[in-house]
Amino acid sequence: MFDYTYLPEPNMVPYLVETMAKIIFIFSMNMGVFAPLLGWVERKQSALMQDRIGANRADIFGFTLFGLVHVMTDALKLLTKEDFIPRGADRTLHYLAPFIAVAPALVAFAVIPFGGQYNLWGHKANMVIADLDVGILFVFAVASISTYGSVIAGWASNNNWSLLGGIRVGAQMLSYEVAMGLTLVGIFMVYGSLRLTDIGVAQENFFHWGIFLQPLGFFLFITCALAENKRTPFDIPEAESEIVAGYFTEYSGLKFAMFWMAEFLEMVTISAVLVALFFGGWQVPFVSHAMLADLFGFLGRDWAQVATMLVHVMVFWGKVLFWIFILMLIRWSLPRFRYDQVMNLGWKIILPLALVNIFITALVMLWVK
Amino acid sequence: MQLLMFYGFGFFALFAAVGMVMSRQPVMSALLLIVNMFCLAGLYAMLNAHLIAVLQLLVYAGAIMVLVLFVIMLLNLREKQGIISKHQVALQAVGIMALGFFIISVIAKLDPSKLPPSKAIGAGFGTVVVVGRILFTDYILPFEIASVLLLAAIVGAVILAKSKV
Repeated sequence: MFDYTYLPEPNMVPYLVETMAKIIFIFSMNMGVFAPLLGWVERKQSALMQDRIGANRADIFGFTLFGLVHVMTDALKLLTKEDFIPRGADRTLHYLAPFIAVAPALVAFAVIPFGGQYNLWGHKANMVIADLDVGILFVFAVASISTYGSVIAGWASNNNWSLLGGIRVGAQMLSYEVAMGLTLVGIFMVYGSLRLTDIGVAQENFFHWGIFLQPLGFFLFITCALAENKRTPFDIPEAESEIVAGYFTEYSGLKFAMFWMAEFLEMVTISAVLVALFFGGWQVPFVSHAMLADLFGFLGRDWAQVATMLVHVMVFWGKVLFWIFILMLIRWSLPRFRYDQVMNLGWKIILPLALVNIFITALVMLWVK
Repeated sequence: MQLLMFYGFGFFALFAAVGMVMSRQPVMSALLLIVNMFCLAGLYAMLNAHLIAVLQLLVYAGAIMVLVLFVIMLLNLREKQGIISKHQVALQAVGIMALGFFIISVIAKLDPSKLPPSKAIGAGFGTVVVVGRILFTDYILPFEIASVLLLAAIVGAVILAKSKV
């Protein structure tokens, strides 16, 4: 349990190759697949839910590809737009803020396992970039840094609406970070580890998935995660009807797109954490690792492991996609909460319920033992 | 590699600390303090204290500094009022350097053979399980006292805030 698997092995080359491959994979998944495509998914989904047709005008030689061409035209538009910095704004911080907002969402992925451990030709492949002992705490620590992106953006714009948005971000993030940490204590107690790969392995049995062992914890966590994501039921930092567009009022072009991207990438990260903690991570329901490897046994021992790995990785991303879809459904279903409602929900409902959850979990664990 | 990282973190920590003191803008100072905390977290991680490194980021850089920024923004402090004379800055710098020199010379005077023998760190030093076990066995009393103290502080803060509403 105490092995430092993330330290370089004596044999450095395979380790470096593996890590680089994993980093490139995660980076391209996030920046190349999710960041642009989620915009399209969101447009089409909202259109479907509101009985509209949605984006379908842009075309290449008459092919609209179900509105997918809009993704490209959007990118072109944002790249060529004027990058405007208001007078009196702090130029350095105005530049820096979007980067601080995007980077944490990507970095947090370092500790999320997107597959199990496989023995490939004598090399142990672990489908996680950094298998940290502190695991999920690292995600929280990094996520708490992303708050600064929005807060600084609000401050550096020299605009009262932006400042109000920035202050709202600060208050909301701080409130929900406290509650979010406490909602997961139950999960740590049940699995006895913070390491996400341990938690994933422990969920090999379908009925040991987090959602069955921590149902209350799951609902509390998803609420907090929605609030941390700053999307519609909790989007008071950018409430259009009150403060124009909140902290990114004064952003245009690519820097605006980066805030937008940060929101989508956070959604991917949240879904990945949800899957890793509550929905069995990379595990296929009712099919254990050994069973899957047996099924592919005709390929030979190592190739069977490769096939198992591919199935697991695909299952993981499939689950993540499913949760992104649910999070978007919530976005288009619920109206925005009022400011005091958000604060009351965080401090007076979720926080006490999280403490109750810890207490009940402790009692049940004592009783079972 | 380790040494290089140590110097990197150390240099940036010092740079951010000096910048924080010298900066005229409160918000810039707060941000530089966050950079400093980042570097300290990096140094902790290099000492195998991963839990403390992450908690440093989570609690200090992530939560407390947000509050500090929040207050600065709410009061809308733009620039430091008044000017510190160059004289005073020089005096402060000399004072700090003298103190540092004194501490270093005291450390250099120490006889390493008279210090208590250093214990080799056990397996899993600094991991969540080990730190948690130590906190709840050897140091249970200080741990509980600290938590009661914090609880008292929270209750006190609530009462102070309540009377003003």
